[in-house]
Amino acid sequence: MNGVHDMGGMDGFGKVEPEPNEPMFHEEWESRVLAMVRAMGAAGAFNIDASRFYRESLPPHVYLSSSYYKKWLLGLEDLLLAKGYIAREDVAAGHAVAPAKSLKHGKFSIADVERIMVRGKFGRAAPAAAKFKAGDRVRAKNIHPTTHTRLPRYVRGHIGVIERDHGCHVFPDTVANDAGENPQWLYTVVFDGRELWGPDSDPTIKISIDAFEPYLEPA
Amino acid sequence: MELRVRALESILSEKGYLDPAALDAIVQAYETKIGPHNGARVVAKAWSDPAFRQALLDDASKAVGTLGHVSRVGDHLVAVENTPDRHNMVVCTLCSCYPWEMLGLPPVWYKAAPYRSRAVKDPRGVLADFGVSLPKETEIRVWDSTAETRFLVLPMRPAGTEGWSEEQLAELVTRDSMIGTGFPKTPGAPS
Repeated sequence: MNGVHDMGGMDGFGKVEPEPNEPMFHEEWESRVLAMVRAMGAAGAFNIDASRFYRESLPPHVYLSSSYYKKWLLGLEDLLLAKGYIAREDVAAGHAVAPAKSLKHGKFSIADVERIMVRGKFGRAAPAAAKFKAGDRVRAKNIHPTTHTRLPRYVRGHIGVIERDHGCHVFPDTVANDAGENPQWLYTVVFDGRELWGPDSDPTIKISIDAFEPYLEPA
Repeated sequence: MELRVRALESILSEKGYLDPAALDAIVQAYETKIGPHNGARVVAKAWSDPAFRQALLDDASKAVGTLGHVSRVGDHLVAVENTPDRHNMVVCTLCSCYPWEMLGLPPVWYKAAPYRSRAVKDPRGVLADFGVSLPKETEIRVWDSTAETRFLVLPMRPAGTEGWSEEQLAELVTRDSMIGTGFPKTPGAPS
């Protein structure tokens, strides 16, 4: 979706302001939100792409004015409501009043913690041969899906070169909508700064994205 | 916010979806087991051991997996090396993708709009915000983490560190030097 989360190339957000000696969490509740998202995902309530989609679907003014973990909380609530794990009555009461729904992997308990501290595996067997190889010129398609996608707007329509092939991975565009893992070849595609930003761009910059094969066409 | 978060946790716990003690354990794991010290050890080893450096650049997940102390890396880590001609910088313009097993949880600036919007268009301007400047002919390569691949920058080894042990070298490796928004510390400089 063409949301405000897709920020590459936007102006007006000001300077980057690193915080010296930044703590891991600024408020205790932030750590609970992080842990709830990880736990409910691991219990099978949703996958990582669905959780991203619900955060980017927040209204633009909410997305832009909320702290990082507030976005995580709002996205988590919306996602659990949409998938029926919690009900409006639960939220209004601040307690469980509606019946629970069964989770694919069951209750998340202490024994599951070790497992989620190793990153998940997203590589899958290839359903078909790769269409592209390193060195190929490709164009990022000019597509504007209204659902989840990982093709940022700033590269759409532009020509780049395939640099690396990462094998086949779970396809976020379908798995986010419960439409299946639908594995696709994944490539690092490099774009020249002037190709993306025009002749006034810094000529020494190159930008790459990791692009799934359906995002690309030969150029 | 705190009340709202607590209410959600009560709901999820009462429905039998999760054990609150497991949430404590997740937070504790993030607070104690991950952090930039993991990445720093990998970088220091790459600086000291040419065969490991090559293995890291060829397949970072596999290379890091051979080190007993940092094994949580998953399958999709890519190490990218800075050279005198080329500087690498990592961003996630769409959200906050970051090699947390190597670097810990990302800082607020990495997840915020100023960095995400400008890193791909004006990386030199972003580096200036960090007080970092590069020769004007140096190529800057920005890696936008748009899939599950995660990128670790292998910075250049500082001069004046000949004969240093891996432990000493690891002390010089900063988090920002592994994102590409900073350099390693200079030997002997006040920290």
